[in-house]
Amino acid sequence: MLHTVNKSSFERNSLQSCLDIIDEKSVILLLEDGVICAADNTKSSMLAQLAADGKVFALKGDVEARGISAKLAENIQLVDYSGFVDLVVEHGTAVSWL
Amino acid sequence: MATKKFMYLNRKAPYGTVYALESLEVVLIAAAFEQDVSLAFIDDGVYQIIAGQNTDGIGMKNFSKTYNALGDYDINKLYVSEQSLSERGLSEADIMPIVYEDEDDDWAEKSSIKIVSNAELTKIMAEQDVCLSF
Amino acid sequence: MADILGANVDEEGFLVDLSDWTKEIAVEMAKHDDIELSDEHWDVINFLRGYFEEYQIAPAVRVLTKAIGKQFGKEKGNSKYLYSLFPYGPGKQGCRFAGLPKPTGCI
Repeated sequence: MLHTVNKSSFERNSLQSCLDIIDEKSVILLLEDGVICAADNTKSSMLAQLAADGKVFALKGDVEARGISAKLAENIQLVDYSGFVDLVVEHGTAVSWL
Repeated sequence: MATKKFMYLNRKAPYGTVYALESLEVVLIAAAFEQDVSLAFIDDGVYQIIAGQNTDGIGMKNFSKTYNALGDYDINKLYVSEQSLSERGLSEADIMPIVYEDEDDDWAEKSSIKIVSNAELTKIMAEQDVCLSF
Repeated sequence: MADILGANVDEEGFLVDLSDWTKEIAVEMAKHDDIELSDEHWDVINFLRGYFEEYQIAPAVRVLTKAIGKQFGKEKGNSKYLYSLFPYGPGKQGCRFAGLPKPTGCI
């Protein structure tokens, strides 16, 4: 499955709720304010292991818009909109954590 | 039309925002398409089906009564996160009784509420064709 | 805004304030539609009002059909019977007479 998170982990618990439910076959795409979870910050450890396994993606446009391109946590993979589409195709049912 | 599995994921408390009511209305409208529908209540979404709601003081419709109509619409799978309940100091006893009549069992009244662990939710979610978040 | 016996109705003829409803209003609405309300009409209207009171929604037609059949006999649990009473639709016209909002999902 593809899980999308569009809220900052400093504002909402969306990322934590997603992590509570996610299975080993799932990947996470961070978009909109969700890309704040992709920055190297005090909450980065939440995603570190999944990112190391290559399972965490962030939408490039949203990352750049928020000026955090140079401040990303390790192993976060950037995708553009066509990369987003590829993730949907590859992982089937998408669940959004609003 | 082939039946697809639809899950509605509810994660917000009622009344403060319009998500809960919107979700319920979409569920009722979509029920006309006779798909395999289930609802999940996670995080503050568990407050949508808490017993004893009284909206007299806020001038809003108490739509918690409407969840009991879901059985009439052949919607009888309401999954409630055990973790979300316990985090909030709640248990199954705090949830409204929501029942349906089982057509295949001489219309016996059965509970639509299923308290589930995160592992069970993960599995149920993975079985869905479509998951709609509110 | 239009009114029926002093109660405001919207552009489709539904009561704006559901608490304005009286039997006389139902009779008057029906008269506008060239219908004289029979006991059979009242069975459905009363059922709809009871359903709304309990669940806070007007039932979808298939739910109404099933419930009417269960309560008043199988021969009445079909849309042909309900449409014979409410030619503009048991949901739309019936709910209007019963002082309910338009059913959710009813176009």
